[in-house]
Amino acid sequence: MAAGQSQALPPGFSLRETRADGSQEYFLNMGPQHPSTHGVLKLVVRLDGETVVEVVPHLGFIHRAIEKMGENETFVQYIHLTDRMDYLSSHINNLCVCMAIEKAMGIGVPERGEYIRVMVSELQRIQSHLLWWGAFGMDLGAVSAFLYGFKEREKITALFEELCGARLTMNFFRPGGSNADVPENFIARIEDVLEDLKFSLDEFDVLIGKNPIIRERTLGVGALSRERALSYGCSGPVGRASGIEFDVRKHDPYSVYDRFRFDVPVGKSGDCFDRYMVRMREMRESIRILEQAMAGFPEGQYRSKEKPNYKVPAGSYYAHVETARGLYATYMVSDNSFKPYRIKSRSPNLSNLAALNEMSRGGKIADLVAILSTLDLIIPDIDR
Amino acid sequence: MTAMQEYAVNHPVGDLVRRLLPGPWAAVANGAIAVAVIAGLVTVSAIFLIWLERKVCAHFQARLGPTRVGPMGLLQPVADAIKLLMKENLRPRGVDGLAYFLAPLLPITGSFLVLAVMPFDHDLQVVDLEAGVVYVVAVSGLGILGILIGGWGSNNKYSLLGSMRSGAQLFSYELSMVLCMLLIVMASGSASLREIVLAQQGTVADWWIFKLPVAGFLAFALFMISSTAELNRGPLDLSEAESELTGGFHTEYAGISFSMFFLAEFVNMFASAGLGATFFLGGFLAPRFGIGPLDAVLGFVPGVIWFFLKAYVLIFLYMWFRWTFPRLRIDHLLSLEWKFLLPVSMANLLLAATLVTFKLIIP
Repeated sequence: MAAGQSQALPPGFSLRETRADGSQEYFLNMGPQHPSTHGVLKLVVRLDGETVVEVVPHLGFIHRAIEKMGENETFVQYIHLTDRMDYLSSHINNLCVCMAIEKAMGIGVPERGEYIRVMVSELQRIQSHLLWWGAFGMDLGAVSAFLYGFKEREKITALFEELCGARLTMNFFRPGGSNADVPENFIARIEDVLEDLKFSLDEFDVLIGKNPIIRERTLGVGALSRERALSYGCSGPVGRASGIEFDVRKHDPYSVYDRFRFDVPVGKSGDCFDRYMVRMREMRESIRILEQAMAGFPEGQYRSKEKPNYKVPAGSYYAHVETARGLYATYMVSDNSFKPYRIKSRSPNLSNLAALNEMSRGGKIADLVAILSTLDLIIPDIDR
Repeated sequence: MTAMQEYAVNHPVGDLVRRLLPGPWAAVANGAIAVAVIAGLVTVSAIFLIWLERKVCAHFQARLGPTRVGPMGLLQPVADAIKLLMKENLRPRGVDGLAYFLAPLLPITGSFLVLAVMPFDHDLQVVDLEAGVVYVVAVSGLGILGILIGGWGSNNKYSLLGSMRSGAQLFSYELSMVLCMLLIVMASGSASLREIVLAQQGTVADWWIFKLPVAGFLAFALFMISSTAELNRGPLDLSEAESELTGGFHTEYAGISFSMFFLAEFVNMFASAGLGATFFLGGFLAPRFGIGPLDAVLGFVPGVIWFFLKAYVLIFLYMWFRWTFPRLRIDHLLSLEWKFLLPVSMANLLLAATLVTFKLIIP
């Protein structure tokens, strides 16, 4: 780009051309087909050599109008669409819609159903974080980590497959409980998985967390202050790494989360390493919750009452949950019919992505990749 | 020199050719035979290395790797080669034709030229140059040139970034690699690769890695790190950096052009491991432990087998690095070289010079 053409910047760029030494900046399209954008995110990066000047994300490559589709489906049918948003937190997304419907219809959930919800949600969180761990390693060049992460994740995925027949798009929770009861050996199998997992997590720490190259590449990289994280609306591990001590499970407990003792890991500087550590510690906290839930797993009904559909009274209803990536919320407006008048999802990824430009400015391309990786974005959740 | 007499170059095939053909023609014919043998050996070795890398990588990653094509997937590289050859050799719009198609040839030429002076066995070496080490450093630069030209000619920003990175990286790391080589030349008293090997005769303790106290092992470690960078292999594969630059300098290459880069990487790895074995592990010499019968048995194995074994141990080390460590960032990589490896190599060279001068070498 020649000097004086600052008015011809591609859409979205805000910084003015400030280079006086005659050198030129250039634009690089990262994505939608790029190995480390994890899906179809397109980033237009303005570069000064290897240094990132500005990043503009382009969205919409996988927009499926899920919210609009929701208006033409019944409330219960909408549950399965949320699988396709954050596909690594599909159980938790389902739960959020179910909770909104339960709020609207005044449905209670039996004790056993609540415990199933908590256990499955926590397994899902661990499963999602394991995939993230592998992808994080791969993005920083430690390709073997990807396979190790997937190996552990596979055990939980197999558990889900036995539970509901699906490995990714679960569609398992229903208003008032879940689609089915857990298999007989469910608790024993979780115990097996957790035992392996505890060992693996220590191994993961040695392989990646204590690796000097990883520390060099993540410590102090992509720092996001608490104030900026709040103003961008960052939630989940990204927000907590920046020092926002907020976790829906703790601060607005849903289901039976208020019965379990667990800590909310919080970082200080909000750099890539903090985000890494927060997620690693979250997995250990999830194991704690699972152990308590398994110890007190009650017998009885898993679902209160079954109904193929619900005629939701007019009004607006809101429910929010903590997915593996942050605060996920469902807001639905009903006009006293079987289908929602309007349904809206608040996805954590969009807000987390918003902070990308600020975090990566001034870093190298490799830092941009590290930051993207620790943001743990799921693109279909951004586009919906 | 007794060393030279003990291992004089006299091979039955070479003698036969000398007897059949008149003087100058015999030299040409012997050269041609040696080139053919080594080219064959190395190409087969490179194909085997592709299989080995896939297997080693697979086992590091808790999986099996290729198992279907041939026994234990041994024919997988052949299948890969057929696939690559059948592919269209693309010429993307806007590339500089000459640079784009010349670039893949340079790295592989460079690696094969290095092998010309490599002493595979007592009598298996194409040419034994007096300044072998200098020659090696000179021709291995062709690889860098290929990467730079390819990245520039591809008309792609990712390729350009990759090749500029590798320019900075390879030129920097060559310094500490050359300093390690210089140390060995100093200790051996010769720059000929064959004489460097022959200077390490005796037991295992006479290999330069052990014989020079501390300095030898340090030089070996420095050589391994800087040659990993020279080879563009992980964790120092900045010019490829697939998670950042998709493919780096070879983003735009497909088919046979890509396979040239790919093959060059493996031939290069073999050449580099061969140099490491020659400099530090006694090259083609059989390991002797000073125990008569055992040494006799080990000495019975041909030198070329020892050479390949030693080289493969080093190659396994390269693979181990690659599949274990995360990638460095470009500025960390350069400061590692300029602020750490280079000063350490220089200090190590001084240390070795002191050891050699005052004959402090372990007897």
